[in-house]
Amino acid sequence: MTVRSRGVYIVPKRHWAYDPAMPIRLIEQVGRSTTGSLAAFGDFWRFVAQTFLWMIAGGLKWRNLRLLFPQMYEVGVKSVPVIAITGAFIGMVMAVETYSQFKSIGQQNRLGSIINVSVVKQIGPVLAAVMLAGRVGGALTAELGTMNVTEQLDALRVMGADPIRYLVVPRFVACVLLTPILTIYSDVLGILGGWLIAVKSYGVPNAPYWQYSAVGVGLWSMFEGIAKSAFFGGAIGLISCYKGFTCGSGASGVGRACTESFVASFIAIIIFNFFFAQLMKDWYISLYGLRSVFG
Amino acid sequence: MSEPLVQLEDVHKRFGRLVVLNGVNLSIPAGQSVVIIGASGSGKSVLLKHIVGLLKPDSGKVFYQGQRIDQLGEKQLVPIRNQFGFLFQMGALFDSLSVAENVAFPLVEHSDKSTEQIRQIVEHKLKMVGLAGTGKKMPGELSGGQKKRVALARAIAQNPRVILYDEPTTGLDPIRSDVINELILKLQREMNATSIVVTHDMNSAFKVADRIVMLHEGKLVFDGTVEQVRSSEDPTVRHFVLGEASAEEMEALT
Repeated sequence: MTVRSRGVYIVPKRHWAYDPAMPIRLIEQVGRSTTGSLAAFGDFWRFVAQTFLWMIAGGLKWRNLRLLFPQMYEVGVKSVPVIAITGAFIGMVMAVETYSQFKSIGQQNRLGSIINVSVVKQIGPVLAAVMLAGRVGGALTAELGTMNVTEQLDALRVMGADPIRYLVVPRFVACVLLTPILTIYSDVLGILGGWLIAVKSYGVPNAPYWQYSAVGVGLWSMFEGIAKSAFFGGAIGLISCYKGFTCGSGASGVGRACTESFVASFIAIIIFNFFFAQLMKDWYISLYGLRSVFG
Repeated sequence: MSEPLVQLEDVHKRFGRLVVLNGVNLSIPAGQSVVIIGASGSGKSVLLKHIVGLLKPDSGKVFYQGQRIDQLGEKQLVPIRNQFGFLFQMGALFDSLSVAENVAFPLVEHSDKSTEQIRQIVEHKLKMVGLAGTGKKMPGELSGGQKKRVALARAIAQNPRVILYDEPTTGLDPIRSDVINELILKLQREMNATSIVVTHDMNSAFKVADRIVMLHEGKLVFDGTVEQVRSSEDPTVRHFVLGEASAEEMEALT
């Protein structure tokens, strides 16, 4: 601790003495934080299980379906501008970064394959999901967190409406259904953005650009990008809702929950993307063998 | 004596290291208007949430009509909770729904009434709380007192047997507070409901109570009528009723 005296900071002398209880306290602290983390992890998976149980139990009932449409509007329609901008600029920047390298080895005609396979398989779905984690995930956590701290979740429970059925299931389903659609939209704009820079700006011939694109981007690549985006959407929906449901009290609690929600969603997307890419690659090779993008 | 409608037996509750309820015993017969008083943070709202199963005791039992409810799951609690109306401290109106949709919410969820029947009930309940014609407004357009009245209309939408009020007059000016007190009395008369009111507003307590209990440091330290509270010699009760800080509290300021 510093003490200010006549404008001078004096650091009081510390008397370091061996405290026999300190190692025990340290072990206790580690134990407590480990138990806390494990409990939170278990709590999250129980939350996930409850969400799936409610989906199975009442997914097709009209009183539940009617809750889905406003969420589809919130998650889907309102995300279109931000997804469009993200997608288009991903394609454009890919073209800018790769053109000079490919030209130096005289392979600029093959640019379409590398730009479009990157956009469709990896960068497009991942960046679209990251944008949605920020826009949709942040909004979901803030909304549900505010409902939590203002006792609206308790009000739902008192009125016999399970908050997971009423609030989480429609938001989760909307995220799972609409993230792939938004990803397709982002991919299309990414492909157009890449084409615009490579063909219209750098003068790569149009016909070979598309021919090599068709060689690089097969149905498998498109399936991979779209399939994983559904999982990304599910992760965003579940993590954001869980963080909202468990947020601390007051405005600071909601703010912290929003930050944690984005960070956790982002990490989940990146880690899941790695394992999914590995799995799909192995699966593809076992079915068709290695397919080179260089024809 | 008839079987109590609501009963708590030796209820203990702690959050982390903080002991909130430390062996609470309380029996409330049907039709009674009970006011639970106590300082801020004394566990009044926690007690109220135990009665309706929003919180589970660490130990002890909670009964409704002789049925133990503290061990029931969320689904099993639904028919019991349908017999309760709960007025939350800040109203807890759903921001995304209009006033009418808020009041209609429990009816839409649990009854098979037609849209027209629900509309008529909503209009009637809003009229009961003096807010007829406000159905189309959004909660954000209402004043604090109006929000509480809408929340009250929602709480009574299903004609509950028990109405729980969590700090019904907190944050309201004296006139709006009196309107809420009059409403509580009116609902007792018209619906013959059992009322459990949590408050630290003594004017409100004296006006609506048949019986007053005081919660202090996790325990019930007083249980009696309004007259008995007024004449109590217990220093804890007297300090609270008169709104005077105790010697220890004054010492803490110096």
